[in-house]
Amino acid sequence: MSDDLDDLRSALQAAPAPDGQAKARAMALAMENFDRLQGTAQAPRSSEDRHQAAPPNGVRRMFHYLTSRPALALTTSAAALLIGVAVILPVADLRIGKPTAVVAPKEAPVARKAGPVAPQDEAVPEPTATDDLALTAEGDASASVALAEPVPEPMAELDAAPPAAPVVGMAETEMRLRSEAPMPDGAMGYVAAPSGLAPEAGSAPAENTEAFANAAPNPVKVTAEEPVSTFSIDVDTASYAVVRSSLTSGILPAPEQVRVEEMVNYFPYAYPAPENGAAFASTVAVMPTPWNPGTRLVTIGIQGALPAVADRPPLNLVFLIDTSGSMDEPNRLPLLKQSLMLMLPELRPEDQVAIVTYAGSAGLVLPPTQAADRAAIVSALDILSAGGATAGAEGLELAYQVAEGMKAEGEVTRILLATDGDFNVGVSDPEGLEAYVAKKRATGTYLSVLGFGRGNLDDAVMQALAQNGNGQAAYIDTLSEARKVLVDQLTGALFPIADDVKIQVEWNPATVAEYRLIGYETRALRREDFNNDRVDAGEIGAGTQVTAIYEVTAPGSEALLNDPLRYGAAPATEAAEGELGYLRLRWKAPGATASTLVETPITGREPATTETRFAAAIAGFGQLLRGSVYLGDWGWDQAIDLALANRGEDPFGYRIEAVNLMRLAKGLSAN
Amino acid sequence: MLMDTPDEMLATHAAQGDRAAFATLVGRHYDRIHGLAWRLTGSQAEAEDLAQDICAALPSKLRNWRGEAKFTTWLYRVVVNAAHDLRRRQATRAKAAQGWGDWEIARQDEIAAQAEAADWLAQAMTRLSPELRDTVALVLGQEMTQAEAGVVLGVSEGTIAWRMSEVKKRLRAMAREGAE
Repeated sequence: MSDDLDDLRSALQAAPAPDGQAKARAMALAMENFDRLQGTAQAPRSSEDRHQAAPPNGVRRMFHYLTSRPALALTTSAAALLIGVAVILPVADLRIGKPTAVVAPKEAPVARKAGPVAPQDEAVPEPTATDDLALTAEGDASASVALAEPVPEPMAELDAAPPAAPVVGMAETEMRLRSEAPMPDGAMGYVAAPSGLAPEAGSAPAENTEAFANAAPNPVKVTAEEPVSTFSIDVDTASYAVVRSSLTSGILPAPEQVRVEEMVNYFPYAYPAPENGAAFASTVAVMPTPWNPGTRLVTIGIQGALPAVADRPPLNLVFLIDTSGSMDEPNRLPLLKQSLMLMLPELRPEDQVAIVTYAGSAGLVLPPTQAADRAAIVSALDILSAGGATAGAEGLELAYQVAEGMKAEGEVTRILLATDGDFNVGVSDPEGLEAYVAKKRATGTYLSVLGFGRGNLDDAVMQALAQNGNGQAAYIDTLSEARKVLVDQLTGALFPIADDVKIQVEWNPATVAEYRLIGYETRALRREDFNNDRVDAGEIGAGTQVTAIYEVTAPGSEALLNDPLRYGAAPATEAAEGELGYLRLRWKAPGATASTLVETPITGREPATTETRFAAAIAGFGQLLRGSVYLGDWGWDQAIDLALANRGEDPFGYRIEAVNLMRLAKGLSAN
Repeated sequence: MLMDTPDEMLATHAAQGDRAAFATLVGRHYDRIHGLAWRLTGSQAEAEDLAQDICAALPSKLRNWRGEAKFTTWLYRVVVNAAHDLRRRQATRAKAAQGWGDWEIARQDEIAAQAEAADWLAQAMTRLSPELRDTVALVLGQEMTQAEAGVVLGVSEGTIAWRMSEVKKRLRAMAREGAE
């Protein structure tokens, strides 16, 4: 029946004529990028420079269609639903710079968990998953994987394949062999699209593929009902850098991109250092709330000890670098290379560095090498080039394997995963990956995640991996950010001094009627988890600070949001009279399994400092961006004034940068 | 003069920083990029988006141009990979989106006669697995030989032939159902 083919041919050839304006726009963009690449234009600009009005997106319409006509979707060949497995796209990130849309993180895993859709359709003899792999024209693994199909001349294919990456270690070959094996059934889970069954389909993102982890802002709690507040510390800073990158490209970040505690914790604060060999010191400050005269802010600042740099243990670093095609942008792989080069001089000769890349296949590019041999490391970094697909899970496995081999007593081993966020797990679902990382955490290897580039940033996965891997997630948009993360804070970022740090505050109902924790939404713990040493929490690095801020309201204040209970008069304990609350901190020495408890009363008389006021200004900044309902008339001008007045020394200029970002945000939000 | 220069030479010059060569090249091929993008996604809006994204990425992509293949082959590979990228994102983020389903929506907005043809195409394409769709987009839509399509998709000519016979089978099955 070649009729059908002819019909299909003529239907396909009747492609609609391209729109003249769209063509002009695309060509202008091509020329602009061309010029930029030639270096004739100014320094590389962020890819966020493009904000064209995006045409209505097919995905959204698709959802409309799917939700209204699920039946048709179900008749679609099951095989057709298994899409894009470990693919693998050498093309530079193609969805960059679209206006940011956000996927609520809680929803993302739903699809990933969806069970495998068995290819039961009548005539689907081909293994779809592997076949998809075969389509990756440029990846070096692709040609051999294609063997899964009935292919008459496999050798010819191998010949036709482009040459493999220049450096191919033993491990890479091994990995590649493994990737050729048919995937286990479980592997299909990630790609099996649940079609019309997705109940949350309506909340689909409109345009870009970034995913951000966040939860609704913490509500005001009534002390009489829930006197205890428990959370894990958060040392990530990624949210601030994401906010900065949005603002500097002229877009207000979406509220979901803003995690207030990460913004506050981005800045160094001069809190008192711990004494007598303690791992860290906590400082409490109480001050009137800038945005509400009827409430007070209680700031809890934790300062990690900074052991003499000379005493630091030798460091084993495994750079796990995403060299997939999408990294081929000035603000991705090249920036990443520059960043790592910046860091090398900070290492000591006895430290060890290894480099694992992942793209079409995972490979050991640089076996463990003494930092003294800087030339070898630099030349390994130099030849990294983007291209091919992403196989993150394999890369991660290999990185842990390499890290295992580098370990020695008394040394600190850490994997630094650098990616543009498209952590294509390919062979296992993200939840499995998190579980894997959580399991590996027990081996004592830390995992930190460095995010590069925008448009595709899978903040949710980054967060989850770093959180489960006992590491930090940072987002690097400029070389100076790389400097901050990798050089200025090298010790803090790489040497943990306290693991699983949890904070619990019990508020005194006699003095605090209501309280609200600002930020830390994604870090909430159950009350009973505080004493459970098996429950994971955040790590503090050497010399770093962590700040948490509560807004508290006294009984009888006009600022109370809830009416007092008629029968719920709160009896104050004699001993605690006048105290606002009781602060408990739990932490473990790195590698230890039992935690230590530190308790401090909050008297309400602790003085505020420039540091805590600046932290308050940043908390206000974050809440303004989130559109918080608790700020009243307090706005950008007040935030700017407060931050400016409390700049302090600011030797690196981080704080003045924040003020300028507030000014930008003010202008943008006025529109 | 540039108008007569072969693609491959233009690409090589463009890769070396020749602005005029690059402009000529993009101008010459935009329609092709758009056409293939449409065949792969089944949506005008997505084809435009995809074409624009490809144009934007082309300068840096060209750095990988080695002149080992025909330029169009190389370019189609870029387009196909971009479409895969898009599909994968839609699959992971948005779960079920399969471009061709858009036709169902578009259909309602279009004039009946056009819609009928489009509807048939959409149904036919939805029947096919993504790899079969890619294959027909290249072989039937772009009129490539099976060998050329094989190079673009990174599979052998034999695989393409096998896939085309699969396509025929599916179409036949579809015609049978329609007749019933």
